Amino acid sequence: MKSLLIVIGCCGGLLLSGCGKSEGPSVKVGLNVELTGDIPAVGASARNAAELYAAQVNAAGGVAVGKDKLPLRLIVGDNAAKAEQAAAVAQRLIGQDNVVAMIGPDASACAIPASEIAESLKCPMISPWSTNPKTTLSATDGSPKDYVFRACFTDTFQAGVLAKFARNHLNAQTAAVLYDVASEAPNGQAMLFRETFEEAGGQIVAFETFTTGDRGFSAQLTKIKAANPDVIFLPTYYSDVPLIAQQARRLGITAPFIGSDAWSSPEIVKLGKEEIEGSYFCNHYSTQIATPEAKKFMEDYRAKYGQDPDDVAALTYDAVGLLVEAIQSADRLDREAIRDALANIPQFEGVTGKMQFQPGSGDPIKSAVILQIKDGKFHWVANATP
Amino acid sequence: MAYFAQQAVNAISLGFLYALIALGYTMVYGVLTMINFAHGDLFMLGAFICLLLVTFSPIALPFPILLVLVMLIIGGLGGLIERLAYRPLRDAPRVSAVITALGCGLVISNTTLSISPYSRAMPEVFNDQYFNVFGVGISTLQMLIIGVSLALMIGLDALIQKSRFGMALRAVAFDARSAPLMGISVNRIISLTFLIGTGLGGAAGMLYGMAFPVISASMGVLVGWKAFIAAVIGGIGNIRGAVLGGFILGTVEIFSVATLPSTYRDLISYSLLLVILIFKPYGILGRAPNIKV
Repeated sequence: MKSLLIVIGCCGGLLLSGCGKSEGPSVKVGLNVELTGDIPAVGASARNAAELYAAQVNAAGGVAVGKDKLPLRLIVGDNAAKAEQAAAVAQRLIGQDNVVAMIGPDASACAIPASEIAESLKCPMISPWSTNPKTTLSATDGSPKDYVFRACFTDTFQAGVLAKFARNHLNAQTAAVLYDVASEAPNGQAMLFRETFEEAGGQIVAFETFTTGDRGFSAQLTKIKAANPDVIFLPTYYSDVPLIAQQARRLGITAPFIGSDAWSSPEIVKLGKEEIEGSYFCNHYSTQIATPEAKKFMEDYRAKYGQDPDDVAALTYDAVGLLVEAIQSADRLDREAIRDALANIPQFEGVTGKMQFQPGSGDPIKSAVILQIKDGKFHWVANATP
Repeated sequence: MAYFAQQAVNAISLGFLYALIALGYTMVYGVLTMINFAHGDLFMLGAFICLLLVTFSPIALPFPILLVLVMLIIGGLGGLIERLAYRPLRDAPRVSAVITALGCGLVISNTTLSISPYSRAMPEVFNDQYFNVFGVGISTLQMLIIGVSLALMIGLDALIQKSRFGMALRAVAFDARSAPLMGISVNRIISLTFLIGTGLGGAAGMLYGMAFPVISASMGVLVGWKAFIAAVIGGIGNIRGAVLGGFILGTVEIFSVATLPSTYRDLISYSLLLVILIFKPYGILGRAPNIKV
């Protein structure tokens, strides 16, 4: 009963987004997420999953630190999917709220500036979903950052997986790319895909861009149609994909679409209709090949929120899990000790699979899956291991 | 050949949308010399009102009725904003009115954001057909947008040039202090101008939402700015100028992508617009204001 009260208290504290003062010592973890802005579904999933993890660990007594078991308390900050706000939220969480570590941001455009703050203030940060290589690399000399980790694979890996999939599975000789040049993750994915697709013997026949906020893509798509590619790579967020797909089909483009993990919100099938059917994308996990831990997580998540967890939710759950494991093995609430423990976790069994950080790097070694959109659902097609 | 014909179709449909939004900016500016920065947000609201009407209407509303309802609701809201927020500031410095307009826009977009943080799919208002004419694709929706925009523009031009209301409007635009001496109710004219200008914005939002059927609270920002630029290029305050500006912007955007790497689109289109403004500082059809001694 007492633990239940703590859980309720924690959830109440979350709603107030860190305004209220909780009684007694606790493990304070900052959550820097995209609750408003262009990708609110991402922020909502991240917050839901983190709250679920906190509720579960607190119901089991809390996080073991030394002799005590302390409750896990989340302090949520909304970065509105904007770079400058993500940096400000990081500053506030680390400087003012004194969190031991920060989870998020998820969009690479936000995660990169926030990671600079975390690194300079020496506070561990785990981005659940930011796949851009720059997130964990120093902006000055390109060496790995000490305090920045991620729970997902990188774009370098993802682009390779997709390029090979397009070449081998779809037998594509030529490909076109259309992406948002003003957004960090799509930009990186497009460049890396071009590189790996060409290395794999393919040819990029159109490489077109637009800017954030554009709704009409007819000019670029007319150009792509004239280039007649075998496959079209769309590394854009889930809210743009349905528009691009619809306009492409109307112009008479029949080539299949492939996408990155930015597609993976269930929102995509609510916004898009038959135009995105049959498309493939790379993702972090599939509900169809779930391990027993993953199944339990999916059931708990569904019971609490009434919907299936997307990959952001699963990765956030793993990010918090990684952090809690690191805190317990460090055995004290010290940022540096937590950082060391995190870097040395032997092997973590997460919802999204097994992972382990590469020596001297914040990037984990883990596998990816390829999913297909069929009948408004995501279907597992293939696994890709590093 | 089919390639450039298709790009021309793309340019025309984009140009009509820009022109329709630019009309609202230009009408309000022509009468009040004030830029209604809430216009882009009322535009966005037009799409959302259409979504609400389609979703919650017990009977399937046909397109013309939907359009009229959206225009009335958004126009009414525009009139209300003018009455409550802009009228008390009419004699205040211009910058106060501009800041108020920006504030109104923020209130509208953030209210929408708090109610609907997610992007929404716009339902199909009517059964859209797609045609392929000699390799050039065009849809009934595109033709409808062109037709409706054209009708609204011609109707507006006739209203301003031919009707008594238009004459009064032009008188207020010419000299708001002397107009009342001729028996013109300035407040009524300004309210009606707002009603029509924002109503057109609402119609544009609805058509835009139908053409690009994923709508969100932030959809008005970028396109609002672009339409404002189109109005300035054409000569802000000038109705025909707004239409011309919308077309120039749409054409330049599409054809810069069609012929050059698309990354340069905004650089090329806005550099070209700057060049136009260097030679025509008041826009292509604009005139220098009369400075009264």
